[in-house]
Amino acid sequence: MTTTTDRPTTALHAAAVPDVERVRRARRTPRRRHALVVMVLAVAALVALLVNLLLGSYTFTAPDAVRIIVGSGIDRPTAEFILMEQKLPRALTALLAGLCFGASGAVFQTVLRNPLASPDIVGISTGASAAAVVALLVFGARGDVVALAAEVGAVGIALVVRWVAGGIGSYRLVLVGVGIASAMLSVIHYLFTRAAIWDAQLALRWLTGSVAAAGWDEVRLLVVVLVVLLPLLWWSASSLRITELGPDAASGLGVTARRAELVMLVAVLLVAAGVAVVGPIAFLAFLSGPIARAMNAGRTSVIGGALVGATLLLAADYVGHYLIGDVNMPAGIITGAVGAPFLLWLMARGATGRSPR
Amino acid sequence: MSTTAPTRLYAEGVSLGYDDRTVVDDLTVAIPDGKVTVIVGGNGCGKSTLLRGMARLLRPRGGAVLLDGEAVHTMPTKQVARRLGLLPQNPIAPEGVTVVDLVGRGRHPHQSALRRWSRDDDRAVAEALALTDTTDLAERVVDELSGGQRQRVWIAMALAQGTDLLLLDEPTTYLDVAHQVEMLDLLAELNLRAGTTIVMVLHDLNLSARYADRLVAMKEGRVVAEGTPAEVVTEDTVRDVFGLESRVIPDPVSHTPLVVPVGRHLGRPGATIGDPPTKERP
Ligand SMILES: Nc1ncnc2c1ncn2[C@@H]1O[C@H](COP(=O)(O)OP(=O)(O)OP(=O)(O)O)[C@@H](O)[C@H]1O
Ligand SMILES: [Mg+2]
Repeated sequence: MTTTTDRPTTALHAAAVPDVERVRRARRTPRRRHALVVMVLAVAALVALLVNLLLGSYTFTAPDAVRIIVGSGIDRPTAEFILMEQKLPRALTALLAGLCFGASGAVFQTVLRNPLASPDIVGISTGASAAAVVALLVFGARGDVVALAAEVGAVGIALVVRWVAGGIGSYRLVLVGVGIASAMLSVIHYLFTRAAIWDAQLALRWLTGSVAAAGWDEVRLLVVVLVVLLPLLWWSASSLRITELGPDAASGLGVTARRAELVMLVAVLLVAAGVAVVGPIAFLAFLSGPIARAMNAGRTSVIGGALVGATLLLAADYVGHYLIGDVNMPAGIITGAVGAPFLLWLMARGATGRSPR
Repeated sequence: MSTTAPTRLYAEGVSLGYDDRTVVDDLTVAIPDGKVTVIVGGNGCGKSTLLRGMARLLRPRGGAVLLDGEAVHTMPTKQVARRLGLLPQNPIAPEGVTVVDLVGRGRHPHQSALRRWSRDDDRAVAEALALTDTTDLAERVVDELSGGQRQRVWIAMALAQGTDLLLLDEPTTYLDVAHQVEMLDLLAELNLRAGTTIVMVLHDLNLSARYADRLVAMKEGRVVAEGTPAEVVTEDTVRDVFGLESRVIPDPVSHTPLVVPVGRHLGRPGATIGDPPTKERP
């Protein structure tokens, strides 16, 4: 293509032949790229899942693992227990919670058109966590009630942030969210300091997130939440392509701000479910979207973000559990260590939103 | 001058604003069908706000915007979007999006869960690209285009929407002078051939006067003059609306009014205001 063939006067009439074939071809390229990205990421998540199941301090061969899982037994009760009651629920929890965090982060960053505006940065995850801790320590709640508290807390904080920032299109949202996130963090700190016994593992889980305590109850909760929310997300995310054009253009194309808020609500519920089960895994939602984007030539991919989230959480859990000294590092500390430099890099690059207002 | 031309789009005593500020106050304007209406006015007088209200982006605080006799803000947005397209003033393309992809999003109002992308949509996109002379940009990433190329791509998106009514907020920003005329010619042709009703905000009074069937001059959220270019573009109105002294002479090409600003500086030492050195005779 030559540089300045932009001669308009006659070009219009000369070039005014619609080229349908070219349009079809040009539409195909990004689609193929996206399909490839999703495929690669799905394989990555699967590999991470298998690594968590088969490797580590107690290893399995793939055939043994399959035999145990399908229930034909291999006559090694310890092995069966470790796989079925520890490794499998833990890995599945990491996978499913990672999907929640990743999808939620990608939706937030897309709708708010700002890579900084992910649920962990704008206080939603911390809010969910604080509500769960209040239910846990103040009201002595357990199990699903704690999860419900996290959901309610997340929605509540989302509404507060939205209200204080004056709408979801506002640049103030990140600032307000960061403020509220630290307020919520001090609530958690306060409650744990006041608690009768200081349980470091528990406190860490609700402060930075950890997969260590996961069992089948957690898996069941996540499956239920995902079965309900994923179809909703799929349905509402079809308008994400329009929402990301900004409120004016989106409205002109028939997608209201209300629709954007619905997608956001689904994302809030997703991240809260993740938090209820594994705590506010530091920076996980924040990291997933941009990584998926980078793979997809800069374009949004919610599925990609979800799969990155799953892969990252599985990897972080494995690294924290087995690869760092003798201590059991919570996954949240690992993602935090990766996320913080990335946050700084984003800030240094000045990538703080594409909205002019 | 208040002709009773048929109007599908009508703002009736509409008041629009943000938070606690009212920007457009009790404004009534009828958009004549199949005509080109141009809105002019100083920066911040509420032109974009009015377009937003007409495209149901802002809920009126008083009055109503009627589309085919129905209040737009009570209609389903998607239904509005099939009849009325909006090109906002400063649209921002999402990162990494290609030209065809962006223009293709203009087809959204015509799609649904049951009716996904079809050959008709391909065709509409190809036509919009051809009309705006952007076919050669089809595979490019919108982010990486020049301001003018980007603007044409956005207009292509609005065209792909295929609506009978098209609201354009400063469609000629970023365009070089040739592309400005080109773009306005394109819109005029669209209006003539397809009968598309066009409402646009323009800042160039002379081009406005040439391309408008009807001009609406706004000041501080109100309509201060309305009518044919010859009726609206007068030295008095220009002074009133823009606070600018000017001479209005006939455009030598189109015989529509041509505004020549006076200003304080004539660019030549020794020249005096009000005494034009050469008088153009058409
Ligand atoms: N989103 C917004 N929130 C609050 N105030 C706004 C918003 N958009 C515009 N305004 C205010 O409303 C007034 C009218 O703005 P509007 O954009 O309608 O002006 P305009 O006539 O289009 O100006 P321009 O020629 O500069 O585009 C301005 O004073 C502006 O500050
Ligand atoms: Mg404007």
